[in-house]
Amino acid sequence: MKLPLYLDYSSTTPVDPRVAKLMCDCLTQEGNFGNPASRSHLYGWQAEEAVETARRQVADLVNADPREIVWTSGATESNNLAIKGIAHFYQKKGKHIITSKIEHKAVLDTARQLEREGFEVTYLDPDTDGLISPAMVQDAMREDTILVSLMHVNNEIGVVTDLAAIGEVTRAAKVFFHVDAAQSPGKVAIDLEAMKVDLMSFSAHKVYGPKGIGALYVRRKPRVRLEAQMHGGGHERGMRSGTLPTHQIVGMGAAFAIAKEEMAEENQRILALRQRLWDGVSDMEEVYLNGSIDQRVAGNANISFNYVEGESLLMSLRELAVSSGSACTSASLEPSYVLRALGMNDELAHSSIRFSIGRFTTPEDVDQAIAQVRKAVTKLRELSPLWDMYKDGVDLNSVQWAAH
Amino acid sequence: MAYSEQVIDHYENPRNVGKMDEADAQVGTGMVGAPACGDVMRLQIKVSEEGVIEDAKFKTYGCGSAIASSSLVTEWMKGMTLDEAGEIRNSSISEELALPPVKIHCSVLAEDAIKAAIDDYKSKQ
Repeated sequence: MKLPLYLDYSSTTPVDPRVAKLMCDCLTQEGNFGNPASRSHLYGWQAEEAVETARRQVADLVNADPREIVWTSGATESNNLAIKGIAHFYQKKGKHIITSKIEHKAVLDTARQLEREGFEVTYLDPDTDGLISPAMVQDAMREDTILVSLMHVNNEIGVVTDLAAIGEVTRAAKVFFHVDAAQSPGKVAIDLEAMKVDLMSFSAHKVYGPKGIGALYVRRKPRVRLEAQMHGGGHERGMRSGTLPTHQIVGMGAAFAIAKEEMAEENQRILALRQRLWDGVSDMEEVYLNGSIDQRVAGNANISFNYVEGESLLMSLRELAVSSGSACTSASLEPSYVLRALGMNDELAHSSIRFSIGRFTTPEDVDQAIAQVRKAVTKLRELSPLWDMYKDGVDLNSVQWAAH
Repeated sequence: MAYSEQVIDHYENPRNVGKMDEADAQVGTGMVGAPACGDVMRLQIKVSEEGVIEDAKFKTYGCGSAIASSSLVTEWMKGMTLDEAGEIRNSSISEELALPPVKIHCSVLAEDAIKAAIDDYKSKQ
């Protein structure tokens, strides 16, 4: 069976073969299998060295101090640790948290949990480009605000938040600023020495590293303190107990090191591919790119094909691995909450497909995707009563629909 | 999501796609659903003087199961009397297409479309 063409790099990425090789070297008896916490023998020392090298590699990509990096199981855990950790530690200072409506569920559900515990959460509405501005954050700030949590790059539409500007606002108000950066390393330059971000969540598997490993950046100056969510052997300076998985950590370190080395060139190449994709489909009628065009990562193209329903479009695009809305919510019948938060109408939200281009995508892949998309959209529009009405000049908003 | 062979067949080769003249007194049109919900079906029937459905056409905006449900009912309805068509139940549609529970609403919508088309035809007589 021919495998579908993979254009879903925002969902996850394959491990880079160079990374996989290094990981394999940390598993077997001949390899670096020791427990990094073992202080009494060479096996432990070697493993610890590999872990610390990786910590430096992660810190280097984002211009942080290695001592500010805490290993976790992934961005979901990092988000939980940052948000709950701050909320629980500083709740005497205040119980108000600010986030946005287009965050990943790992942030939104964590915020909901804190609401159940008695915290108050403000969910900011982005503008129609999907962006949160410093002024929106400023306006939502209260006396009792302790934390602002925003994503760096949105997983569905790929838009980039202006962290530097928002960091100025939060620091001036002495409010902690947490950033979910699951989608941004290797795609957008991150300089934590320059930006006033206090906590940042990372994941390895979006950057050609393995699944099951991530990190949380916790600023040292000014110091940020957290209440641990996982208790045990006191690993990671007590912030996150649990035996460190050397092979996973080595994989994340190597993946981040490669990203640092290659990101400038890679992003140029990927941007050209996205432009090729957009040029190939945008001459069809009623096709829209969702989210800001300028403030956006290179690999993301979230496109609405109006009057065509997303799930049926995916069915026609069986030879392409793409997603409709976010992979986490596409099993439900609801249109994407991110697109709705942009103020898009439901038809357009229902008709969206996210293409995400990555390291191993070729121009031929993009051309194949264009051909399939054009064929599918044309076929489904011929089947669509909404397309008929559009062609007949009927304003769909003027129709009295029988909602069900 | 895995689709049944029947759904894929109707989706790949939809039967009776098209549009008839809504103003024609012999034609009944039923349009159900809403774009906001992710599916809209337009089902049309052409009825002979003897009250038999001579032709049926559909267009559907929606998922594969919605397209398959409407395609299937156009096949079934041809040659039926209005009374027979009015007795088509969503359960027979979902059974024939082996729809999973989350897609049962597609068959309900198809049943609604049949009723709406019949009502529209009757209101014109």
